[in-house]
Amino acid sequence: MMRFSTLLKHPADWMIGSDEAHSAVITSRIRLARNLRGHPFPGWAKKGERAAILDIIRPAVEDLAPMKDGFSRELSELSSLQKQVLVERHLISREHAARTDGSGAVIERRQSLSIMLNEEDHLRMQSIRPGLQLTEAYEALNDLDSELEQKLDYAFDPHWGYLTTCPTNLGTGMRASAMLHLPALVLSDQIGQVLQAVNKIGLAVRGLYGEGTESLGNLYQISNQSTLGESEEAIIRRLERVISQVASHEQNAREKLMEDDPDMVADKIGRAYGVLRHAFLIDSKEALNYLSLLRLGGNLGFFAKETVNLCDSLLMDIQQAHLQLHAGMKLSPEHRDSIRAEILRSRLQSLDSPYNFSSGHKADRPDSGDQPD
Amino acid sequence: MKCDYCDNKATVFLTQLAEGQMKKVCLCESCAKERGVTDPTGFSMAEMLLGNFQKTVSGAVEPQGSVKFMGSGKICPECGFSMEDLQKVRRFGCANCYKVFANELAPMLRGMHKGTTHLGKVPVGLIETHYRQLRIEELQQKLEQAISSESYEDAAGIRDEIRKLDETEVAE
Ligand SMILES: [Zn+2]
Ligand SMILES: [Zn+2]
Repeated sequence: MMRFSTLLKHPADWMIGSDEAHSAVITSRIRLARNLRGHPFPGWAKKGERAAILDIIRPAVEDLAPMKDGFSRELSELSSLQKQVLVERHLISREHAARTDGSGAVIERRQSLSIMLNEEDHLRMQSIRPGLQLTEAYEALNDLDSELEQKLDYAFDPHWGYLTTCPTNLGTGMRASAMLHLPALVLSDQIGQVLQAVNKIGLAVRGLYGEGTESLGNLYQISNQSTLGESEEAIIRRLERVISQVASHEQNAREKLMEDDPDMVADKIGRAYGVLRHAFLIDSKEALNYLSLLRLGGNLGFFAKETVNLCDSLLMDIQQAHLQLHAGMKLSPEHRDSIRAEILRSRLQSLDSPYNFSSGHKADRPDSGDQPD
Repeated sequence: MKCDYCDNKATVFLTQLAEGQMKKVCLCESCAKERGVTDPTGFSMAEMLLGNFQKTVSGAVEPQGSVKFMGSGKICPECGFSMEDLQKVRRFGCANCYKVFANELAPMLRGMHKGTTHLGKVPVGLIETHYRQLRIEELQQKLEQAISSESYEDAAGIRDEIRKLDETEVAE
């Protein structure tokens, strides 16, 4: 049986890939909801019924080819910290983490596929990929689903499609989404306009963290709202088109910023670098915002390209539960800020100072050793 | 900043764009949890985004523009879920509930999705049944049209066709 620590030892597959053409798109994600015929939905099922359902679906899911050497647990077997870490890794939902008996999670070794058992629906499966890869993510999940439908008696109606606990998921039972990093659209004040346009064509947009149109870390999520009356392919095609448009708006905004006000951009990125490299106390808000700028710097050539992936995994690793797991104990907010700063300093230790575009060579660094380029 | 739903301090902030309007929602941790909006891609986000929740004077959260269902007392024979439960949680008890509460479902779906008929994936084992079922639905509509336009000969023909399709289903 795969251990929790083994699961987390390696970064998830999606953290190490990249999509040059759509550098603003961090991840693509597909989720499918499925239920069994003849059994009450999890929220309505009594304790014994939930256990019985789990006994049917868990072996079927564990037997799927990609899951055979994966991680599988009943939620009651996990500590609340472990569950929280899985939430921060986007492997289970926050709602699911609150569950105990009769619910479970099965996660592929590479963390690109995961299945929640007895969440709001009997099965909630997820596929996650780096960059703009909704089609690829869907294909991987669709294969899994087709294999499962041979073993499980799915609740399906010719008219309504896949029957789900909540009618907002009826039909395909599919939610497709992408996480986007849009710092230049925020800096150039175009974000509201772009998001409004996206929403107008029936897609949902939200800031990942934060308040108002300004989102901490400049991270935004675009997803489909409608699940009925369109095929999976049609939903994905529309979403992909819109997402690549938003990504190219972001790209244009970046180029324009560099053209119009390169000093402002360099200053912001340089300050972010300075703080992240040298802070001893940093709260998550500050860290998110500076990591966003550092990531932008990686995209714009201020830092080596790998910096982008480094930022993406740091976004994950500086969250509360990850910090506590790292420290091996419960942490007070102040202590958290100090551990967060420590992790940032050590992971960014070998990052060269930003490339100096105005003088055409690297800025002098008193502490630069023989770091490889 | 205070939670939109109670007096606690808000920690979860969402921006939703509904019908071209930017709406800000501020929630405390427990209200967010209750509404299932803490997970950024959570399925229940759709509900929030569709603006289905609104604060009432009493502070309780009620579905906005809630459809009042007529004739209570209906209960799903397979899982015991009642019309009152549906009214309360806006979710179903089991797959069979979709048959039992078909009339209540239609107004709930209004404006929620692109269409009202599934056009996506069909489980392999159900493909034949699926298309036969859709054909029957189509014929039943034609039958009604034929009857209302008093073309009884056509109606008889359509009825035969439906009966044949029904029989193949039973024979399986
Ligand atoms: Zn509250
Ligand atoms: Zn039922």
